[in-house]
Amino acid sequence: MLARLLSRAALPLSLSFALFLTGCGGGSSESTIKVGEFASLTGKEATFGTSSHEGTLLAFEELNAAGGVLGKKLELITEDNQTKPGETANAVNKLIAKDNVVAILGEVASGRSLEAAPICQQSKIPMISPASTNPKVTETGDYIFRVCFIDPFQGTVMANFATNTLKAKKIAVFTDVKSDYSKGLAKYFKEKFVANGGTIAAELDFNGGDKDFKGQLTAIKSSNPDGVFVPGYYTDVALICIQAKQLGLNVPMFGGDGWESSTLLEIGKEAVEGNYFSTHYAADAATDKVKNFVEAYKKRFGGKVPDAMAALGYDSAYFLADGIKRAATAEPAKIREALAATKEFDAVTGKIAMNEKRDAVKSAVILQVKGGAFKYVETVNP
Amino acid sequence: MFTTGAKRWLLLGIALAVGASFMAHSPGFGMNRYYLGVTIDAGIAIILAVSLNLINGHTGQFSLGHAGFMAVGGYTAAKLSLMVSPAGEAAWFFPIALLAGGLLAALAGLLVGIPSLRLRGDYLAIVTLGFGEIIRVVVQNMEAVGAASGLKGIPKYTTLGWTFALAVVTIYFITTLVNSTYGRGFIAVHDDEVAAESMGVPTTRYKVTAFVIGAFFAGIAGGLYAHHKQFLSPTGFDFLKSIDIVVMVILGGMGRTAGVIAAAVILTLLPEFLRAFSDYRMIIYALLIILLMMLRPQGLFTFKLKKGSQA
Amino acid sequence: MDWLLQQSINGLGLGSIYALIALGYTMVYGILRFINFAHSDVLMLGAFSAFYLEPQVSRLFGRESVVGAIMIVILAAGICAVLGMLIEFLAYRPLRNRPRLTVLITAIGVSLFIEFTAQHEKVFSAKTQFFPRLLPEHSFQMGNVFFNSTDLLVPVVTLLLLAAMWFIVQKTRIGTAMRAVSYNQQAASLMGVNVNRIISFTFGLGSALAAIAGILYAMKAPGIEPLMGVQPGLRAFIAAVLGGIGNLPGAVVGGLVLGILETFLGGIPWLSSYRDGIAFAILILILLFKPAGLLGKATVEKV
Repeated sequence: MLARLLSRAALPLSLSFALFLTGCGGGSSESTIKVGEFASLTGKEATFGTSSHEGTLLAFEELNAAGGVLGKKLELITEDNQTKPGETANAVNKLIAKDNVVAILGEVASGRSLEAAPICQQSKIPMISPASTNPKVTETGDYIFRVCFIDPFQGTVMANFATNTLKAKKIAVFTDVKSDYSKGLAKYFKEKFVANGGTIAAELDFNGGDKDFKGQLTAIKSSNPDGVFVPGYYTDVALICIQAKQLGLNVPMFGGDGWESSTLLEIGKEAVEGNYFSTHYAADAATDKVKNFVEAYKKRFGGKVPDAMAALGYDSAYFLADGIKRAATAEPAKIREALAATKEFDAVTGKIAMNEKRDAVKSAVILQVKGGAFKYVETVNP
Repeated sequence: MFTTGAKRWLLLGIALAVGASFMAHSPGFGMNRYYLGVTIDAGIAIILAVSLNLINGHTGQFSLGHAGFMAVGGYTAAKLSLMVSPAGEAAWFFPIALLAGGLLAALAGLLVGIPSLRLRGDYLAIVTLGFGEIIRVVVQNMEAVGAASGLKGIPKYTTLGWTFALAVVTIYFITTLVNSTYGRGFIAVHDDEVAAESMGVPTTRYKVTAFVIGAFFAGIAGGLYAHHKQFLSPTGFDFLKSIDIVVMVILGGMGRTAGVIAAAVILTLLPEFLRAFSDYRMIIYALLIILLMMLRPQGLFTFKLKKGSQA
Repeated sequence: MDWLLQQSINGLGLGSIYALIALGYTMVYGILRFINFAHSDVLMLGAFSAFYLEPQVSRLFGRESVVGAIMIVILAAGICAVLGMLIEFLAYRPLRNRPRLTVLITAIGVSLFIEFTAQHEKVFSAKTQFFPRLLPEHSFQMGNVFFNSTDLLVPVVTLLLLAAMWFIVQKTRIGTAMRAVSYNQQAASLMGVNVNRIISFTFGLGSALAAIAGILYAMKAPGIEPLMGVQPGLRAFIAAVLGGIGNLPGAVVGGLVLGILETFLGGIPWLSSYRDGIAFAILILILLFKPAGLLGKATVEKV
């Protein structure tokens, strides 16, 4: 009986396997430079992946409209990892082994970047992460780069801000326990803040995606902090600010670049007024580069204002293109060398220089929510 | 007759494993990371599906937390590997790590199985789901295994040969078990628990055994997974992952080993096929589940009804 | 003391939402012995229906008007009732006589289908959108305890709906028919009950409850997105099982217990990171001692 079942199952089984192996093409054409991108376009963190993807897409379209790089058009091959761990490995494997890309752009979440990095390193394909801030990502190997600053830097920036500008002595820390970005930022913030002489009034956690924080916020309120550090993402932060105000918690709240999105203002409205956060660039900055980017993005994507992920996705693409130009070839190893040697690349999110760890050395800006918009407060240089 | 079938499986499996080891070194297939990666994924899925099949299919219990056992096994094996050799040079340790993972997962299966004894059907389902979630939350808060940041840098010990070999072992073991005299107990529990109890079959012992054995192999699969993807993250073992495995068992026709194997392979390859429609990929997946349940609920590969079981 | 009171109010608000969603789960389970996984997605659809209705209704009745709010709720509940009945008709009715597992997987499939479709750019897209205020919000302060009108509204609405459900099920003819179908479908149809119609009605009712719960949920946390129903749906499901699945008051009790416990335990610093797992841990503990749930009756299996 088993044998009969096996024989009946064998046909569809082997058929699907054969189909899979033959696949659908994947030959390399001589007239384009293939670049792979992996992002979470569906699933829980679809907004982040979609943002960075749109930024990257815009960059590629602009580059190709201007004639491409080294005389060839850039071809962007994007794979969705559905916000699922495990999927990333398959996506990146496919890009490298089947599509034969010369470089890979991705990802926003450090967790998924950490999954992809060893694969890219082993295959000797340069990988540029737009927004992963966990230090371990680039520690994987010399083929891994990022165009954003890392958590230790950002945590320090906000700790100093709390001590010097907010003149706070006791801070409560409210961390997104599901996000390694949040935990990393919280850790470095606490270290520096305590080193500055401050004390941590209370430490509580929430789960990203939750909608109710009143239980934890009540506890935070009882600890009487001078301010609350919330290193989370904008959707949760907006709700946290609203509920904090509802509970009568009226101290300044501040956080990191995860706050940056117009959604924070749309949902948070008055509740986020007066709060601060650090980020990569100020959309209202006077530089032409930023203005042009914002305009182009709005035009291409139906009036949406680009958030930090979009800007970084855009920058990672241009950063790569610049590297290819300087390498004068599309050979992955040469591209890697050119990227590592970047001393000053003028990006939307600031001037990027690669340090020996292939992390971007760039300034952070601190913004405040005033009058329903983000207003520039100060720049912090590394 | 059945033993012959199982033995036939074993021989086939050994042949495939040997063939696989050769293929793993051939360019165009073995050296192609992508094809190799997905094939190993399929092998791991087979182990997961067959192990869950013991619990859900053969014994008729309703477990929705299988990913939790996979997590326990995976994290244990990975942590041990890293402790023994962070540089990844201890391939000899791999089977020990896998075994340790499997055993700890089996322990978890025991812990889950026991309270579940008093529960039936939907209550059991929600409790197993709960255990799966609790395991995930605990792992998410354990700094020793990386917490939310995940466990990285796991050495790449999993090969096609290992995966195939262990898949074969799993299939052989469970098939032989279920078709043995002792194994009749599982089927008795599945068909009619009250009748079995009154005939003197220790139903509670069988149910717990099913959980323990199913969990053990899920743990092994987890260990293979960890040393394949080289990175573990708690979100990868959530409710959705458990559902993925449940769907494989259902599509294969609960209790039919060959069908479950085929379903596991197809469901692993399917997302890769659908990459061209990445926008609609998950929508199509969900639609397929619905359609399959409506049109062919006995599973894709059921051609003859098992005597005494429902459609 | 303040802290205790504040957390109690917080917990009550959260628990009422769970209770409302749990009512829907338990009603459908009582009739069909089946867990409708897609229930949590109807919650989301209710919130989105209100989201799209609001601009039109506001034009007629002005913003944040009571009449407008009631209109939106009724319309959204109506839309979701129809959607719920549609889902039942298309996906569950054809499987009426199949084993429960089949229907369960189908329900999971329907749930995933709704979620992934909603996440698509051309539908709702995955981003979180701002849910407009339907009613003017007033804040109150008693000493150091803060609450607002929404905190009061939610438990009141929940109790009213529970009373309405209880009334329908116990005191009306259609309620009697529902109870008959839940005891024994065959016998009920032999007695002249149109089983199909009753099941449709139950689904419609349950979906309407889910929609209202979704709107209230969105009023408390004004960010809506396609996956917003997953977590509360899971919690509410636990609440329904906790209170004894199939038992209406049990669902409410379960919901309130869960909401309050989650809030109190979540406010304890070292425990707050385990908040997700707390609900399940509570469930497992209760089921260990009372396998049929808090208010459930242990059914004797007749051989």
